[in-house]
Amino acid sequence: MSASTIASEIGALAPRRRRRAPPSTYLAVAACVAIMAIMAAPLMFSFFASIETATEASSAPHYLPQSFSLQNYLKVAGYQAGLATYVGNSTLVALMTIVACIALAAPAGYGLARFSTYGKEIAFLILLAPMMIPYQALLTPLYLDFAKFGLVDSRIGLAIIHTILQLPFSVYLMRNAFEAIPREIEEAAMIDGCTALRRLAYIFVPLAVPALVTVALFAFIASWNEFLGALVFMNRESSFTMPILLVSVRTGDHGAVDWGALQASIVLSIIPCLVVYLALQRYYISGLLSGAVK
Amino acid sequence: MRARRSSQLQGWLFTGPALLFVALFVLVPLGQLVDTSLTDRSLLGGGRFVGFDNYLRIWRDASFWRALAFTAQYTIVLTPILMGLGYALALLTFDNTPLKRLTRTIVFVPVIIGLSSSSLLWFWLLDEQVGLFNKLLVDLHILREPIVWFVSADLAFWAVVISITWKVVGFGMVLFVSGIQSINPDIIEAATMDGASYWSRVRLVILPLTRRIVLLTTLVSAIGSMLAFDQFYIMTSGAPRGQTFTAVYWIYQNSFVSFRLGYGSALSVVLTLVILVLSALQIALTARSEAA
Repeated sequence: MSASTIASEIGALAPRRRRRAPPSTYLAVAACVAIMAIMAAPLMFSFFASIETATEASSAPHYLPQSFSLQNYLKVAGYQAGLATYVGNSTLVALMTIVACIALAAPAGYGLARFSTYGKEIAFLILLAPMMIPYQALLTPLYLDFAKFGLVDSRIGLAIIHTILQLPFSVYLMRNAFEAIPREIEEAAMIDGCTALRRLAYIFVPLAVPALVTVALFAFIASWNEFLGALVFMNRESSFTMPILLVSVRTGDHGAVDWGALQASIVLSIIPCLVVYLALQRYYISGLLSGAVK
Repeated sequence: MRARRSSQLQGWLFTGPALLFVALFVLVPLGQLVDTSLTDRSLLGGGRFVGFDNYLRIWRDASFWRALAFTAQYTIVLTPILMGLGYALALLTFDNTPLKRLTRTIVFVPVIIGLSSSSLLWFWLLDEQVGLFNKLLVDLHILREPIVWFVSADLAFWAVVISITWKVVGFGMVLFVSGIQSINPDIIEAATMDGASYWSRVRLVILPLTRRIVLLTTLVSAIGSMLAFDQFYIMTSGAPRGQTFTAVYWIYQNSFVSFRLGYGSALSVVLTLVILVLSALQIALTARSEAA
């Protein structure tokens, strides 16, 4: 069917559909608007409270901000070791997690997708094992081991924990991405005498960029948000990550909750995830579909 | 022959680093976990071999069974809510009009934020003095006065369920949308031609054809709920009187608050077995549907 036929068909359909919009369409539109309002409201309210004065934020509840002030953000900026330390810790741990996931999962995915190794199925199963063995159960032995090597209160230590969490998904994704690359492309390179490592670096990796972006994106979000590991492993005030900072802000200095500062720190903890998600939504959804339930 | 052997070696070289990582940070710790679970190790020392004493103690530990039952109750209540609402949202938004895409994007936003962020956000919304959720319910005449959510185990339970529903309902929705979108439109068209009403199309065509994804999502979601910790640690702290401890929370409490490492390890082994069964089920289902 040519483009012009499609266009004329759409042209013929569109006005007809508009004229006959059944009541259920309006109902669906109303439902969508209501659902968006309900889902967005908590985040909006949190943002409103964060830009009030500290006094307003801790007074009787109100829907709209009663004042404007950056007081809460300033308080969080100077909280304990300083916001920069906490954002720095979280960012560094997330970056190390991303690098580790890609550095381990890309070759592993390549090995699984392209080499008919004896016992490959078992290797794959072992690589998926962290999915079946909850990391929550392994924290005690990991803590004892890490304590011996100075990896407690260490960003490297926490990045290792986060890599354990993300590795199975990353390997699975990379294997699928590499398997989808046509063999002909690789065979041409083999005839040219390209080694396996070079084929991975110059042929497979460039062709699997979307999968790599997805791996990095999931690793970032998982690491940035991870709570229990950080709670157990990061005990010093200066080694907290953002999720631990949030809990610490709630506990506060004087017992009473500083609600304004809490909302400001919640908003700050959400912004990176929101930005990354909105920018790379396509990758996130496709990763979810192929990783979670395929 | 030599080519094949070198291909063998190369394959192992590529998977090697990842395998080493898993061995070092998952399999060895798993062995250590089982090992520690047979000792009376605490942070101060100990480490005497006590055989299955810790496991016998779990058998008699009413707090653990209460925590496990509470976690199961949480999972059994939450999972159908998440799946039901997620499916309803998917049915509403699966066609790709701009408005419905936007609705999906917004419903999914809470999924990508941290559990600690969302739990503290709801801790604030549900507060009896400064919380807007209470104010809204009072203004809508649903409540006469603000509720103090975190003094009773029942209310605290529902507070967490409400917050988590908001947080992860988009997860199921997105997966169900892809399931519904992958149905051949001709089938739905044919059912419509045959005079099937909207509800009978949903019930007799769409639901059966998305059964696999519903089943798998349910399992993934249930496993997640069985491992719940963050939301209870932050919103209820196990209170009142330890009635809202989950299984992971009880392990954390034993291992990292009371430093009963041996006992905490035995609890972890039991939890691992529970999750292993659920995961095996998930993988078997995935494998079977891939083969089909």
